Amino acid sequence: MPKNKLNPSNWVDLYADYLFNYTITRVNDSVVAEDLVQETFLAGLKSAANYKGDAAERTWLISILKRKIIDYYRKINSKKGKAEIKMGYSNKEDGEGDWLEDHIADPFDINAEDAMQNEELGLAIQECVMKLPEKQAKVFTMKTVQGIDTEDICKELNITPSNLWVIVHRARTALMDCLENNWFKK
Amino acid sequence: MSSIKKYFLISCEEAKQICDKMQYGEATFWEKMKLKFRLMWCDTTKSYSEKNGKLTKLCNEAKLKSLDAQKKEEMKKKISTGTEV
Repeated sequence: MPKNKLNPSNWVDLYADYLFNYTITRVNDSVVAEDLVQETFLAGLKSAANYKGDAAERTWLISILKRKIIDYYRKINSKKGKAEIKMGYSNKEDGEGDWLEDHIADPFDINAEDAMQNEELGLAIQECVMKLPEKQAKVFTMKTVQGIDTEDICKELNITPSNLWVIVHRARTALMDCLENNWFKK
Repeated sequence: MSSIKKYFLISCEEAKQICDKMQYGEATFWEKMKLKFRLMWCDTTKSYSEKNGKLTKLCNEAKLKSLDAQKKEEMKKKISTGTEV
């Protein structure tokens, strides 16, 4: 008997932001990332019959997204030609010097490592946000990620400012605990 | 004197809420003063305040992004019809 079931009507609320953050760090373009997330959902819908329920819904969607990202790179690579990924010296003049030494990663370039850590951190936070009750996740995202004014959130969700701060407090407390376990103890 | 004391003495819950507001730059000057006063002697508030600041720092470092609401609605519609528009 399958353990997991698909529930496409909840996909956007539950996974869209997670998948979007996952994609944007890989394609570095928000419009492309939006399209890939959308394509992932639609592809998931089409192949829903093949879902056996062994993997969690999110894991399954990520595996589809990964393929979409690879396809995206294949497509742009074939369009632009492969010149940019060719490495090596094209003539004798360039050939002077040590090929390997010139292409080794710069140990003082910490930006790449930082970026990688930020990406993992972003996904760890998103995972914790997904575990929150729906309303808490929504209010936290609107307030913290989108930076929407308290007044505007209250109007949109029809809640009072004190309600909002109670929700924010619960969300932040849960997130602190979650990150304590999933990020700092990792 | 007692009225000043009464004004500055806030509950732990109130202190935590002010601390939350501070993370979004929405605490007033007096709220900040009240919180500072409580932080001098309350370890629970101090611990919460430190963790809360850490969470804000992590969220800033992670540069989290969110899909805009309109795009999400669009996606929901496409999923519910199950066809690409």
